[in-house]
Amino acid sequence: MPLLEIRNVTRRFGALTAIDNVSLSIEPGEFFTLLGPSGCGKTTLLRMIAGFDAPDAGSIWLDGNDLADKPPEQRPVHTVFQSYALFPHMSVARNIAFPLKMAGKTAAEIEAKVRQALAEVHLEDKGESYPHELSGGQKQRVALARALVNRPRMLLLDEPLGALDAKLREQMEIELISLQRDVGITFIFVTHAQPEALALSHRIAVMRDGRVEQMDTPSRLYGFPVNRFVADFIGNCTMLPATVVETGAHGTRLAVQALGEVMAPTAERARAGQEGVLAIRPEQVHIMAAAAAHELKNHFTGVVRDFLYIGDVTTYVVELANGTRIEALLANSAPGRAQFFQLDQPVKVAWRHDAGIFLAD
Amino acid sequence: MAAPRTERQTKWLIAGPPLVFLLAFFLLPSLIMALASLRYPGEFGGLAPLAARAGEEAGLTFENYALFFSDWIYAQIFAKSVGIAALTTLACLVMAYPLAMLIARSPKRRRDFMVLLVILPFASNFLVRVYAWMIILGPLDLLFSRFAVIVGMVYVHLPFMILPLYTNLEKHDPALLDAAQDLGANAWHTFWRVTFPLSLPGVFSGAALVFIPVLGMFAVPELLGGKDDWMVGNMIKESFLGTRDWPFGSMLSIMLTLAVLALAAAAALLARKGAPGA
Repeated sequence: MPLLEIRNVTRRFGALTAIDNVSLSIEPGEFFTLLGPSGCGKTTLLRMIAGFDAPDAGSIWLDGNDLADKPPEQRPVHTVFQSYALFPHMSVARNIAFPLKMAGKTAAEIEAKVRQALAEVHLEDKGESYPHELSGGQKQRVALARALVNRPRMLLLDEPLGALDAKLREQMEIELISLQRDVGITFIFVTHAQPEALALSHRIAVMRDGRVEQMDTPSRLYGFPVNRFVADFIGNCTMLPATVVETGAHGTRLAVQALGEVMAPTAERARAGQEGVLAIRPEQVHIMAAAAAHELKNHFTGVVRDFLYIGDVTTYVVELANGTRIEALLANSAPGRAQFFQLDQPVKVAWRHDAGIFLAD
Repeated sequence: MAAPRTERQTKWLIAGPPLVFLLAFFLLPSLIMALASLRYPGEFGGLAPLAARAGEEAGLTFENYALFFSDWIYAQIFAKSVGIAALTTLACLVMAYPLAMLIARSPKRRRDFMVLLVILPFASNFLVRVYAWMIILGPLDLLFSRFAVIVGMVYVHLPFMILPLYTNLEKHDPALLDAAQDLGANAWHTFWRVTFPLSLPGVFSGAALVFIPVLGMFAVPELLGGKDDWMVGNMIKESFLGTRDWPFGSMLSIMLTLAVLALAAAAALLARKGAPGA
């Protein structure tokens, strides 16, 4: 039985449909992410799971029980808020003790559990500190400890890493993964940052305009997006408008505007004559000197228009003869200076016949 | 270092005018009053001369203070005044808190209008408002009673409790209420463990703004109170304008100031003890 089931939930605010007939189920122990741009409804959905908002239609089930009549304080679900929402007038220890007190635990039990919770988030010596004395990362950990201390059935996290700087965020991501594994509690994580979602989640639901566009594991979402929105939202992508010429077991033949024929992997639902795009990830595109030899079927010549040196890799933007721009990623792993293409240098871009994916309109 | 000096000069320039004003019209008069409380009354009111003349009481004396402690009645009037002030403060707090919460949690554009309604009574004269209560309470046979005094006091001072409470409550992060509820607190626990403790600075300043003026108030008990509702303020006023015993009135004023300071110190001590982490 799934831990949480969202059945045909709809929520409207006036003329706006924030959540449009969404159904999904979450298994025990999962790290599940709701990913989408701001305004896609992910936070609304989270608030309905927590009980701060109610669906206009549909139902939410936890452990086989309908949550409709349960106020937030009676749901075995805790939230880590975006602003952390630590009680400023309570010490760290009293913040963490709060849910235990509300649950009517004895003083001795509270003390033991608070100490354990502080240890879980590596803040053993901060129990007597006050929230304003803590750094952003420490506040984040207190919020986590407080939400986890009485072992809810599920932890909801509302963009909890948004306020942290990049380095700290990466560190917290790693801590979140190990914390979730250690406590074994189901996490539902809301974010608009796709790298975060890919790094943390077992499964991701990509949302747009109140609907779930695709729900899958991170690698399948990245490798096999079902439409242009998902392909574009998750990672970088070059999209080449294309028409299906012929489908077959060995691949799909596409006619790309002004480039000619391109081979793409077999697409299940593609039919001859269908319009769509060929989506290719930059790391699937090889970039080489214009005269270099290769055995790849899909290859085109162009000139380097732009490049972005990031350290470990460089992304080149290559403009083809017809004006199409293709991104190619080159790892800077060669000893000494890697092959480094100059602006306006003629180059060749090429990719394997099984790279890329055809997405019908 | 040129910059810090200009900064310091700017600070003095800003602080200077109110400082000079308060030195001249608060500290100096207080010292004059303290001195007056140690002198003899003049023969026809006012103060007796400092320099001794034959057959006259002159110079400095603690007689006024001795008089205060010689008769229970003065301490009783002080205690009664403190009681009335405390009751008024409590009544104001109980009435103002829900209203301040209501305003603080209203949509932003409606809040200013509601605050305007709270301060609207100030637009009419204080005495007119007190007289209005005489007209209301008279026919009900409630006039000239302790009840009438407290009703009048609460009516006059309620805005002074609402405004600091509202200013405090308005700044609370609504996410804290969500967090409390999310972690298992019902409305009662959310209020007493989160909202109320966080509002204590507002409660304290509101209480001070009501308690202190009420303690020294003479107009309300004089107009609405009976013969048993004589407060410190009435005694002081009577000493200066009635019996014309300025030293005795000055002594009562000084004692009132000391009482307020002692209560404030006790409250501060209590607050620090009650504060988390102490």
